[in-house]
Amino acid sequence: MKVHDSEVDRYALRSALSGTTLRATIAIICFIWTLPTVGLFVSSFRSASAIRISGWWTAFETPFEFTQWTLENYAQVITSVGLGNALVNSLIVTIPATAIPITIAAFAAYAFAWMDFPGRELFFTIVVALTVAPIQMALIPVLRLHVASNLNGTFLGVWLAHTGFGIPMAVYLLYNFISQIPRDLIEAASIDGASHFQTFTTLVLRVSVPALASFAVFQFIWVWNDLIVALVFLGTRSSVATVTAALSELIGSRGQDWHLLTAGGFVSIILPMVVFFSLQRFFVRGILAGSVKG
Amino acid sequence: MAEWDTRESTMSVALRFGMLLLVTALTVLVLEWSFGFMRSEDAPRLLVAVVALAVGVCGIWILYWILNDWVSYIPFRRLREKILPFVFLGPALTLLFVYLVYPAVNTIYISFLDKKSDNFVGLENYQFIFTEPDILVAFRNNAVWLVLVTSVCVGLGLVVAVLVDRIKLESLAKSLVFVPVAISTVGASVIWRFMYAFQPAGRPQFGLLNAAVVALGGEPTGWFLRPPFNNLALIVIMVWLQTGFCMVVLSAAIKNVPGELLEAARIDGANELHVFFQVTVPYIRGTIITVTTTVIMAVLKVFDIVYVMTRGNYATEVIANRMFLEMYRFGHFGRGSALAVIIFLAVAPAIVINLRNLRQRSL
Repeated sequence: MKVHDSEVDRYALRSALSGTTLRATIAIICFIWTLPTVGLFVSSFRSASAIRISGWWTAFETPFEFTQWTLENYAQVITSVGLGNALVNSLIVTIPATAIPITIAAFAAYAFAWMDFPGRELFFTIVVALTVAPIQMALIPVLRLHVASNLNGTFLGVWLAHTGFGIPMAVYLLYNFISQIPRDLIEAASIDGASHFQTFTTLVLRVSVPALASFAVFQFIWVWNDLIVALVFLGTRSSVATVTAALSELIGSRGQDWHLLTAGGFVSIILPMVVFFSLQRFFVRGILAGSVKG
Repeated sequence: MAEWDTRESTMSVALRFGMLLLVTALTVLVLEWSFGFMRSEDAPRLLVAVVALAVGVCGIWILYWILNDWVSYIPFRRLREKILPFVFLGPALTLLFVYLVYPAVNTIYISFLDKKSDNFVGLENYQFIFTEPDILVAFRNNAVWLVLVTSVCVGLGLVVAVLVDRIKLESLAKSLVFVPVAISTVGASVIWRFMYAFQPAGRPQFGLLNAAVVALGGEPTGWFLRPPFNNLALIVIMVWLQTGFCMVVLSAAIKNVPGELLEAARIDGANELHVFFQVTVPYIRGTIITVTTTVIMAVLKVFDIVYVMTRGNYATEVIANRMFLEMYRFGHFGRGSALAVIIFLAVAPAIVINLRNLRQRSL
């Protein structure tokens, strides 16, 4: 009996210990994962000279000395460096490049799920195969196509490119959802005399809102964060450069101006972060469903 | 009376058809104008964006609606039903072929042509790629990236997923590790460039890593200048970006492991490590494979990190960045295409696996 007691004690002790180590391990990992972003954030509010003289962590020694904090970096990076302009460009690229593929893919997904036509399996196989196709495979021919049709360096061109590259994944994700709608629902609509078009617009789209939202969040963050498509099909002229392209130029040209880089870096990540935190539920669902995105 | 009815309905059909013709003509005109407008250089950007949104969202809807309406006038039901699916699919398939299928075939073709795609050169580009020392370095680096990024991301992701499953602040901890997934590689590059910042010895080190090195009595290092550390420094960034993704997907899978299975193993006297390796891991094997494949493919296509941080200098080149360089800096489309084909071949097994899964599920 005594032996048993001590065993219980030992077990309790061990689990308490492992509870502490467990929490400590997680805390350390979270700390390491957060630290780089915090460093960027804190530094973006320090003056150019302060950043060079002391590490950003020293600012925490006197956090309430408000004279050390400044918004000057943001003012400079947004206006004179031109990142404000690039932000507008990024919005111009991202919003249509999210809205257009959703619409087109939803129609296609409905056709694959609820219509019968020759070549259905073949076309769907092509869609699935292309979900992981590397974008590099398409760059040179599409660039030539765009040059030949005056689309190179235009927003229209980049919307089309993002739509084309995004469609396989969008169709696949939306198909997975739309094909799971109960057959009874679709058939009931058809018996009531609804055409495919009416069934799609009034019934299918309404019940697919969660899937549409997942893909929207997913595609928004994807396009916003993209660099290669923006570089190849838009370029780095200030009238079209996206935030990622402009920032990568800034790193190249003013790589030691840390007050600009930190503020610029933060400007570029703030919008996807807001989208991410407010719609995390949808984003995670999109990631789970689309963990094969290429 | 009945006769009058039919005549009325014939008239209304004619009227509707006339409307359809009008709307179609209008739409074609508006679309044509808007495409020209969106392409023009001097139009105000915001206006272009508004037009794009209007055309991209409303315009596409109107287009589908018009096509659908046209099809509904086809007198034979069978024919109607044959054509309608292609109205729904048309735009998607067109874009798919123009932006992915045709370019892929074309890229393979271009890879057998010379610099400006004028003459056929056979396997010359491939020969160059597999003998040029710089590119061989890129292959080696990609291999290192593949092994390290994949194993650390999946391993660490799995560990974190298992650990956070047992604490109260699970969702907070997961969010913190997951945040970088929403950060662009360019943003991450700025963040880490600052972490790695280097000043000559004696000057204040404001980069966290060098500050730590100096505080511990070491010499500050220019992390990006010295192979092989520079490759590791870049790999760390990719790990930081991707681990959250692995963790979230694996965590979702772990939550699906039936509690009875775990309990049964514990009652049989297995300790937690045994339970993990003999129950949890086999149960989520499929997910681990999926996650691993996804990370592998992300690594094969990694470009932004190297492009932004080192431009491939100091022996940090990777295939995707070299492909971009061949295409952009050297203007050698043959070699660029050949490199693209190699990336494609490396990804091909994943395509085969996806298709096999699809066949098992069947449409």
